[in-house]
Amino acid sequence: MEKVIAGKTVSVNDEGYMTDFKQWDKEIGLAIAQEQNINMTDRHWAVISYLQDEYKKEVPLSIRKIRNSNVVDIKEFYQLFPQGPLKTAAKIAGIPKPASCI
Amino acid sequence: MKRLLILGAGTAGTMMANHLRHQLPAKDWEIDIVDEREDHYYQPGFLFLPFDIYTPEDIIKPIREFIPAGVNLINEKINKIAADKNHVEMANGDQLTYDILIVATGAKIAPEEIEGMNGSEWHKSVFDFYTFEGALALRNKLRTWEGGKMVVHITEMPIKCPVAPLEFSFLADSFFKHKHMRDKVELTFVTPLSGAFTKPKATDALGHLLDEKKINLVSDFAIEKVDEENKKIVCYDGREVPFDLLVTVPTNKGDEVIGRSGLGDDLNFVPTNKATLQSKAYQNIFVIGDASNIPASKAGSVAHFEAEILTENITRYIKGEPLKEEFDGHANCFVETGGGKALLIDFNYTHEPVEGTFPFPGVGPLRLLKESRMNHMGKLAFRWIYWNMLLKGTHIPFVTAEMQEAGKHFN
Repeated sequence: MEKVIAGKTVSVNDEGYMTDFKQWDKEIGLAIAQEQNINMTDRHWAVISYLQDEYKKEVPLSIRKIRNSNVVDIKEFYQLFPQGPLKTAAKIAGIPKPASCI
Repeated sequence: MKRLLILGAGTAGTMMANHLRHQLPAKDWEIDIVDEREDHYYQPGFLFLPFDIYTPEDIIKPIREFIPAGVNLINEKINKIAADKNHVEMANGDQLTYDILIVATGAKIAPEEIEGMNGSEWHKSVFDFYTFEGALALRNKLRTWEGGKMVVHITEMPIKCPVAPLEFSFLADSFFKHKHMRDKVELTFVTPLSGAFTKPKATDALGHLLDEKKINLVSDFAIEKVDEENKKIVCYDGREVPFDLLVTVPTNKGDEVIGRSGLGDDLNFVPTNKATLQSKAYQNIFVIGDASNIPASKAGSVAHFEAEILTENITRYIKGEPLKEEFDGHANCFVETGGGKALLIDFNYTHEPVEGTFPFPGVGPLRLLKESRMNHMGKLAFRWIYWNMLLKGTHIPFVTAEMQEAGKHFN
């Protein structure tokens, strides 16, 4: 389905995750973050860029990756994105949330 | 004489030995397969062993029975792969040189990755069922367990057979009902993901199963440690889940040989081209099954489909032809839902599991993503197919390596 975010029409799934990363830009990320009640800072954006780089390399997201990222530690990660930080950060980054096969 | 060396005689390695012995002329190619173990385990059986549905004899056979004539089985431990020198160093000091290497060393559990997991409670109140020893210890525990809080838990992804922990929960519900003690067991499913189901179509079709079976769900749970003393698992966000019996799927990692050889990522999985199955670092190294880092499920059916494409690619590589970029991530799995029923799912890199018919579009006889007794019979029959057809590289009729889109309800 399609949704207008920050004045732009983008493809999203039923849960509001973007399905075409090429459509993402920083304004869209900011608008999604506002929906999640997150005030983005430089630290937040550093994590988002890291997740996007990993996604481009087809590396699946996990807490382990965050721990070994040298970008943020787990404690700060939870402070930046409280409540399900991986799925929240993934939504803002315009990439799929970590998933299983079904 | 050239040599093709296969590391690992599990599901994937054994299938490759069988396929390639048919394809490569014996006068030109020696084929060797290395495994330090003597026994081949039917790993899907580890799900049934704890509930006394299968016996150890059902799921263990000698590796040797499945290695074809004309392939040497080397029963020794590997020290490391020296990929720059095209040889493998064995623990006994031997050096095995190769022209082509197939890495099929699989994945295994690493409970030591989480504080307190394999401490004093390991195989006492904290169990795995991804090893024969773990599944057997859990069977013995369940035979006399009088009830309490059972927690079924996934540590982190990726894991082998991602649906097995859910299947375990469903079978546990049936098991305790059958023993007339379901009311004495509080069953909780704990996952690092956003829910028990994460794909939209499966969530719609199957979301009711947990409620129906009275299984509690705790999601987005990133485990920090097992508190052995107070018998609870602790999440990085501070949440705690108490247990009397923890059935966990620990972190899954590739073999330590991969780490020692400098060929793996941070979980010892080998970076591999997801369409050709060639290693990203060395052209004469190919990777099949759970050992690779490709974004497909770690499952026997995936290795089976990969084997057909990898066989073709190895013959192309030998002839100097371009590799086929055809592996699509196809997986086909029966999923036990308890009460003598199961689901069938069929999916690949780009298509999530959906409803439909299989293998004949519009006909079936198997229904996709729907519980049925027939699917359960399929799952049980699969053990025979595994031992008698799959390992030997016999083509399974009507089931193609590339996923069929016909007969599926994508919209």
